[in-house]
Amino acid sequence: MTTSITGAMLLAADGINIAMNVGFGIIAAIMVFAALSVVTTRNVVHGALWLVVVLGGVAAQYLLAGAEFVAISQVLVYIGAVMVLFLFGIMLTRAKIGADTDLNNSSWGLGIPVALLMLGVLVWAVIDAFGDTVITDRGPTPTVEISDAFLGPYLLPFLAISFVLLAAAVGAIVIARKD
Amino acid sequence: MGVNTIPSGWFLENAWLIALIPAIGFAAIIAFGKKLPMKGSEIGLASITASLVISVGAAVQWIQRTNFVDETTEGYVEPVIKTWTWWQSGGVEFGLGQHIDGLAVLLLLLVAFISLLVQIFSLEYLRGDRRYTHFFAALTLFSSGMLVMVLAENMVQIILGWELMGLCSFLLIGHWWEDGANSRAALKAFFTVRVGDVGLLVGTAIVFFGAHQWAVDNLDSHGFSVQAISAWALSGDASSSALLWGSVALFIAAIGKSGQFPLHTWLPDAMAGPTPVSSLLHSSTMVVAGVFLVARLYPLFWEGLSIGPGAINLIAIIGVITLIVAALLAFVQNDIKKVLAYSTVSQLGYMMLGLGTGAWLPAVFHIFTHAFFKCALFLCAGSVSHSGSHHSFDMKKDMGGLARKMPITAGTWIISTLALAGIFPLSGFFSKDEIIANVGYNGYNLFMWLAFLGAFMTAAYMARATYLTFFGTPRGAAAGEHHDEHHGDDAHGDDAHGDDAHGDDAHADAHAEHHGSHGPHESGPLILVPIVVLTFLASIAGFTNAVPFGENFEILKRYVEPRAEVVAIEDTRLTIAGGPGQSVGSLAPQAKYDDACGFAAPPEGTVCLFPAVSHAPFKWSKGFLALGIVGAGLVSSWLFSVALYTRRDRRLVGLTERFAPARWGYQFLWNKYYLDHLYEKVIVRAVAYPIAASAYWFNQKVLDRIVDTAGTSTRQAGEFVYRNIDQTLVDGAVNASGFVASETGHALQPVQSGKVNQYGALLFGAAAVAAIVLVIINV
Amino acid sequence: MLAVNFLILAAVLFSIGVFGVIARRNAVMVLMSVELVLNSVMLNLVAFSQITDSIDGQLFALFVIAIAAAEVGVGLAMVLMVYRNRRSIALDELSEMKG
Repeated sequence: MTTSITGAMLLAADGINIAMNVGFGIIAAIMVFAALSVVTTRNVVHGALWLVVVLGGVAAQYLLAGAEFVAISQVLVYIGAVMVLFLFGIMLTRAKIGADTDLNNSSWGLGIPVALLMLGVLVWAVIDAFGDTVITDRGPTPTVEISDAFLGPYLLPFLAISFVLLAAAVGAIVIARKD
Repeated sequence: MGVNTIPSGWFLENAWLIALIPAIGFAAIIAFGKKLPMKGSEIGLASITASLVISVGAAVQWIQRTNFVDETTEGYVEPVIKTWTWWQSGGVEFGLGQHIDGLAVLLLLLVAFISLLVQIFSLEYLRGDRRYTHFFAALTLFSSGMLVMVLAENMVQIILGWELMGLCSFLLIGHWWEDGANSRAALKAFFTVRVGDVGLLVGTAIVFFGAHQWAVDNLDSHGFSVQAISAWALSGDASSSALLWGSVALFIAAIGKSGQFPLHTWLPDAMAGPTPVSSLLHSSTMVVAGVFLVARLYPLFWEGLSIGPGAINLIAIIGVITLIVAALLAFVQNDIKKVLAYSTVSQLGYMMLGLGTGAWLPAVFHIFTHAFFKCALFLCAGSVSHSGSHHSFDMKKDMGGLARKMPITAGTWIISTLALAGIFPLSGFFSKDEIIANVGYNGYNLFMWLAFLGAFMTAAYMARATYLTFFGTPRGAAAGEHHDEHHGDDAHGDDAHGDDAHGDDAHADAHAEHHGSHGPHESGPLILVPIVVLTFLASIAGFTNAVPFGENFEILKRYVEPRAEVVAIEDTRLTIAGGPGQSVGSLAPQAKYDDACGFAAPPEGTVCLFPAVSHAPFKWSKGFLALGIVGAGLVSSWLFSVALYTRRDRRLVGLTERFAPARWGYQFLWNKYYLDHLYEKVIVRAVAYPIAASAYWFNQKVLDRIVDTAGTSTRQAGEFVYRNIDQTLVDGAVNASGFVASETGHALQPVQSGKVNQYGALLFGAAAVAAIVLVIINV
Repeated sequence: MLAVNFLILAAVLFSIGVFGVIARRNAVMVLMSVELVLNSVMLNLVAFSQITDSIDGQLFALFVIAIAAAEVGVGLAMVLMVYRNRRSIALDELSEMKG
């Protein structure tokens, strides 16, 4: 009785939006399923396509969290560029297009306990730290703030990351070219 | 407020183009130099020419500006400062800009001019080289780096230009990197200079943290600005430890770059690069950068090292040690370029000595004159090797008697040598004697006599080199002999470094084609014209500040030396905070006050920007003394050389083998005071070996011990099991334990499987376990 | 919305990614799993940005996107190189580091 009342109060509390929660739940379920498919499918190309679903789901979650610019960047960079790279990688390494029986290691079973251990620790730590923190819905973050931050206090890291990208691009070419 | 507008003009306002144009030229050469008819050299020449034109315009307008000030207020001539924000972080703006005053104008002119001549020289000297385009690209960027530094408005820009030069010197010294010795020399130059560069970074940081708050409060500026640092240093508010350690750290940078005493070892090795590079590196760029740094931030050193009160300080000591030590080394070199290299080191010692003893203007004047004659001497050496000695630089083996075959080269060499030695009325006489006179005038008597000794040695080793190269009997290649063992010495890309596919025949063909005929002959016009121009300037450059002829000849004193006037802060603030890309031409009304700048703090509301340096009056007695010393050096060395190298005088030949002290001295000098041994064998090993040794010790003693212990204890445990349990329990239990042990072993063996996934599993598993441990501890 | 929603979702994705890194044999699939891990971290960062009411978390998420792009570029170049040299990208065949 009391628990249901507190639960109802919690739901009715400021900032708890039931529609958002439902949306979050649906997207999260799809993402978890897709992520599991990525790591279990027997077909490399299918794995890449499931990864698109996960990445798209992450972008949707960003929208729910009010981070619109990050969501757009996620779509542009990940789904637009990184996935194309992955598909090229799959194509150039002549992976089997159909099902492949030995996509997993012989010792793949080792992954299950490690992953469960990890999950347990993380979930426990997260609930312990943020168990009752409520995110109030503030609407989308203005992109101006992000650009101001990048060209203001974060200018130096921004330049540094540009150089990292440049170096990675040059490095990738140097590593991958044929001579 | 007596703010008048003083003339500025387009060239002064846009002097930053002088550094920018060669930088763009560099990019253009790299981008499409190879497709052009002259392989990119035309872009280099064009960009440097453009810089030179702007420099000349800036110099003219600077003279007009100074004249105007002299006619109106006779006060401080305000530099033309502009700044653009490059980036900002934590509220501090890092700018790029220009700080044009007399010193900057003089060096801009010098660098652009010498760079242009060196590039013209390289057209012929490097013809057919396999990396011709890259050579011109690096040469252009090198000049650009020096120009960036000369223009620099703040410390960050100085570091930028400084590092650009470091990079380009590495590229150029190692230009013929196929030869291992060349790439080693390039690395040595780079690393030795890097040691000093640490000083530059540390010094900049110290000065920034010392000066920043003061600059913000008083000048609305920041702690990187050269002007703000100068004002801070002379303000009397500066903490003495920040001044001391900042100036010491910055001077260490100058030691590395300008080849001063403990770090001079890279300069002679840098001769591995093509001769035009040595020439540019030694005359107007790179090595001058350190001297320029001290000259640019002179107020800092003035206060930090107590130059003003006449203290014996680090700069003067290092300068005088360098000048003597390097001159001694020049006597035992057989490579003509190494003689010149040590001569450069020695002359840089003079400049540092001048700066360290308060003789600011003579030191800057010596930069100016030294650039001409040293550049001319290097280009002469290049000409000799190109056309006279078959790409060899060995004076004893491949030269001698070249004066008849190469009259123009010999003539220009001799004139430049006399200029270097300081014979009246050539330029070295005025600049070097001015340094010596000022050193004595400011009370450093011992240093003055050591400087005289240095002048004697300079004359002597140059006479030796002249004799060995151009007089006496021709030897080796100079006598027309063709010997292949000299190909590697400093050969061009078209012969020794050509495609390996070509055989020896191709080499010989390339030679025949290249030289037309074997044997020494005069070089072509593209080589001779720069040399003649430089020699002419080396002869007359001294009259730009010929103190003996009175005030009218002291041009540099009037136009280059900053006036040690007190400047009202309002006007300085206007200049410094001039806004992006704008400069405010305002004239500082000077508050008349009694104490000179640099000796007492300026009154409230004003700043000093340059200390009141003294100028020694010229005394003919000292002038004649210097001339006598130089003459004695020239004559005695000449006679000695004739006796030793031509007449083979029995008393002298083999003296170093027969006479022990002479042998020891010779060995000591021949091994360059064993400094290279000290650095490579002692210091590098002292640092690197203990690390390696301790790692080895740790590996052997600790890790192995642990493994051994684990192994032994396992065995002992096994024995224990065997003795006690096996003997007492049934065989089945024994078999079971054996099975478990074996399986454990097998289970643990895959830990070192080499498989990435399993390493990943271990990593994440261990992280999870560690997290759990942390959680349990903290709960 | 409760903050733990995002954080637990991120933890689940992270664990799945870790499982993929450990279990997969194909190098491209391992890189995909690494992307899952990175995305879960970014989700965390965005959630923290909401919790602390500052945009710093979003900025760092953008930095992570850039880093991830660089990582994938270099990683796939290395995979291509390995494939070219050995005609295979099976990770368990790359065991030169075996102790």
